[in-house]
Amino acid sequence: MTKDKYKGTLRRKKEKWIKSLFFLIAFASISVMALIVVFLFMEGLPIFGKVSVREFVFGHYWYPTSEPAEFGIFPLIIASIAVTAISSMMSIPLGVFTALYLAEVASQRLREWVKPVIELLAALPSVVIGFFGMVVVAPFLQQVLDIPVGLNLFNASLMLAFMSVPTICSISEDAIFSVPRELKEASLALGATRWETIRRVIIPASISGISTAVILGMSRAIGETMVVLMVAGGAAMVPESIFDPVRPMPASIAAEMAEAPFRGDHYYALFATGIVLFVFTMIFNMTADYVSHRYRQTGASTL
Amino acid sequence: MKAKSLIIISIIAALLFGVSSANAGNLVITGSTTVLPIAQKVAEAYMSQNPDVKISISGGGSGEGIKALIDGTTSIADSSRFIKDSEIKQAVDKGRYPVPFAIAYDCIVPVVHPSNTVVNLTVQQLKGIYKGEIKNWKEIGGPDKKIVVISRDTSSGTYEVWEDKVMNKERVTPAALLQASNGAIVQAVSSNPNAIGYIGIGYADNSVKALMVDRVKASAETALNGTFPIHRALYMFTDGWPKGDTLNFINFMLNPQKGQRYVKEEGFVPLY
Repeated sequence: MTKDKYKGTLRRKKEKWIKSLFFLIAFASISVMALIVVFLFMEGLPIFGKVSVREFVFGHYWYPTSEPAEFGIFPLIIASIAVTAISSMMSIPLGVFTALYLAEVASQRLREWVKPVIELLAALPSVVIGFFGMVVVAPFLQQVLDIPVGLNLFNASLMLAFMSVPTICSISEDAIFSVPRELKEASLALGATRWETIRRVIIPASISGISTAVILGMSRAIGETMVVLMVAGGAAMVPESIFDPVRPMPASIAAEMAEAPFRGDHYYALFATGIVLFVFTMIFNMTADYVSHRYRQTGASTL
Repeated sequence: MKAKSLIIISIIAALLFGVSSANAGNLVITGSTTVLPIAQKVAEAYMSQNPDVKISISGGGSGEGIKALIDGTTSIADSSRFIKDSEIKQAVDKGRYPVPFAIAYDCIVPVVHPSNTVVNLTVQQLKGIYKGEIKNWKEIGGPDKKIVVISRDTSSGTYEVWEDKVMNKERVTPAALLQASNGAIVQAVSSNPNAIGYIGIGYADNSVKALMVDRVKASAETALNGTFPIHRALYMFTDGWPKGDTLNFINFMLNPQKGQRYVKEEGFVPLY
């Protein structure tokens, strides 16, 4: 009796210890994250003593080192949005349809082969994709389309699409595959064709997972640095066609940070660009979170 | 997963701390990526002659190097530009006195695709191209093709020399493509028949064609006698007048028979 009681308190104690250990671990990762954000704002905000937020965000000229310097990141913001939008136009259909094919159409054996291969694509280092874009795709585009520069908005979007397809495909495939079997069977039993089942049952049932996949894929594209640094061309102007060179925010930060004088205006401006980028990715992630909760499929009755 | 990444992080941390403590008392060199190949070659030679001295070298950029010198985390800062007034002020505030040593010269050479028929441009023409006023190769005796202007990111030392010697402080057109390194410019120009870029003379190879400027070919000789218009000095900065191993290394670096030989080997222009 007493022995059992002793054992019980020991177990409870152990439980408590483990609980606080896990709390500490979670707390550590969150506080590191918080500190990074604090640092980002501390190093970025001083620039707004020199230029107003409006001039910074909507200014058309980025000449951080000339005299007098100009810090307008509007072309960089447009570039980031443009590469993300165009790469999404390519990667979303590719990713989602591949996922549908793998989960619903392909045979089990094929699926077991193809899925790991697609996931392997995600493991390709971005510098390799960037190098491919620079050395293979750029000269190819130049010759085939007879355009002056191969390093442009289109090339960068194409490379980014390569990178986000695996993310989109693999997450939406999981969502589609986890649609309850009885839903599908019920639909087929009512005489619906396979396509009707996919369109009317499978997609609505997994839309929350698919949307999350799409948004995560897009936030990968907007934050990606190496690829856009290597293949986007890097001209800080608002593009007029999809074959114009552009300079997305991460490329600008990566290219200039190393040589910017420490705690100078240029340095602060680059951190402020980082804040803008952070706001963008945060909006993406919050949207993903909202969508996955809002459209969560709970049981078959809400279809 | 979490436990695994924790283990990895702690291993990385252990390695980092291990390395930094192992270097205590030895030489740390950091800064400009342009100076990096010279520093690396010279440091290797120096270490093979002085096996008891350990030198750790990293790139990161001129600004990074000078920042490290101000913070006291490096013994020598490599820089492809002279130190800025604001940086001197910060250093003095922290009680540090950066001392410059010019260790080599570098020519900045305009380069085009090997198939381009243009062989010579004047500084005025280069300025026109980079301001975006000259847009077609036929305006300067080439084929009827749009000029693709490739420049370096605005904070690189190479860009600053270009801005100073060619642009005369006027702005490079925003339509110019920006590349983050000399190597990337060579790569971009060699794969684009319409492109023009500029690189440090050490990076010029057969995949691109170096242009003459004002009818002068870039070389060690023309850089030293000042006839090639676009050249600069490369520096190493120390905190105060160097002592001990730092002094020995700087002396080695400046010695015509020792360090300066490697400057030449790396394709830069030695001091003598």
